[in-house]
Amino acid sequence: MRKISREQIVNTVKNLYKEAAISLPGDVQEAIKAAYEKEEGISREILGQIIENQKIALEEKIPLCQDTGIAVLFVYWGTEAIYEDGDLMEALNEGVRLAVKEGYLRASVVDDPLFERKNTKDNTPAIVHFELTAGDKVKIVLAPKGAGSENMSSIKMLKPAEGIEAVKAFVIETVKKAGGNPCPPIIVGVGIGGNFEKSAILAKKALLRKAGKPNENPNFAKLERELLEEINSLHIGPMAVGGKTTALAVHIEYAPCHIASLPVAVNIQCHAARHKEVEL
Amino acid sequence: MKRIKIETPLTEEVIKDLKVGDMVFINGYVYTARDAAHKRLFELIKINAPLPFDLKGQIIYYVGPTPAPPGKVIGSAGPTTSSRMDSYAPLLLSMGLKGMIGKGQRSKEVKEAIKHYKAIYFLATGGAGALLSKHIISAEEIAFSDLGTESIKKLLLKDFPVFVAIDSYGGDIFER
Repeated sequence: MRKISREQIVNTVKNLYKEAAISLPGDVQEAIKAAYEKEEGISREILGQIIENQKIALEEKIPLCQDTGIAVLFVYWGTEAIYEDGDLMEALNEGVRLAVKEGYLRASVVDDPLFERKNTKDNTPAIVHFELTAGDKVKIVLAPKGAGSENMSSIKMLKPAEGIEAVKAFVIETVKKAGGNPCPPIIVGVGIGGNFEKSAILAKKALLRKAGKPNENPNFAKLERELLEEINSLHIGPMAVGGKTTALAVHIEYAPCHIASLPVAVNIQCHAARHKEVEL
Repeated sequence: MKRIKIETPLTEEVIKDLKVGDMVFINGYVYTARDAAHKRLFELIKINAPLPFDLKGQIIYYVGPTPAPPGKVIGSAGPTTSSRMDSYAPLLLSMGLKGMIGKGQRSKEVKEAIKHYKAIYFLATGGAGALLSKHIISAEEIAFSDLGTESIKKLLLKDFPVFVAIDSYGGDIFER
């Protein structure tokens, strides 16, 4: 057994969150740069601002976006690693709390969603997904997820007979309805299969893939290409002012499902596709 | 693309020259308000109580900034989704508000009110909060401090870059 301490967890989460808030993954930066080269007029001006914004955020350690999100964590816990320092959730949330304080991130979480909606003031609790893995390693992936794009996400239980065309229509409809709200150019995460909640988690995981990296299954890779082409032919464009780039990438994740089901979840990610991971 | 420098408060004289697609650099004071502050403003209006600032000729910026780090006047400060404020905007426009800064499309009712009251809706680049913060040279909290990031702040802007998204003639950048 390998021991993982509270201090390790707290510091890891803290650093991941602070860094993710001010810097984009290289692949996302590249995708935005490529889009900039293709655009003209206002949409080019907007992408130019987005690129300049990345420089300022990094140099001055100011968050890329004022919506520093709700912290979404995927924790892949090797079953040969052991945590003996009490409540693991407490340690994860403490990391978030310290990042918000030290990194001057925004407190954007309310305690009860419907009645009081009182701000918790430290952006906790985080959304945490645990998965057990083989071995003694612990991997933590942290994605600050803003609400502008999250609010435009959607889920639908299709009939198996409706097939590929219905999946496509639902993805396109979701992107179209979102318009400029999720800050295009977006990354579209699609989860197909599993069940109701599994499809949503798959869609979220799809957003964490390297931008533009195709699915290993050629059928799903083809569907990703077709969807990207169709989305970009909508000409919604950067911030919906029109243009060639509405989406930087479409990523699909899939899983086996019930004979009677065809769940599809679409999770939309703004161009500030922040995420960072580390292995302990 | 036309590039125009303007000063707040806004007058109809200035607004009539602003057309969809123009790039505008805003100078002067604007006020921040998003979901919770709008709700409070609405409640004050309902009971005829005075508002924290006179709406006449003013611009509301839909933003909830990150906290200001030491030595800075404000943190990251880009626009939030405007459509969440759609149900409040026509009333505020009828009371003299002249401009709004946000992101995303607006409802039919807001568009009609913008045209009727000869107002304007500006689009700022979402997710460019670090860049936009460089164009804010002072920030003062003037109301609802208990709301944290959602309080009303008076911001002094210098060449704050936006685009005309809906003009006073009913033109709409999202429908081109």
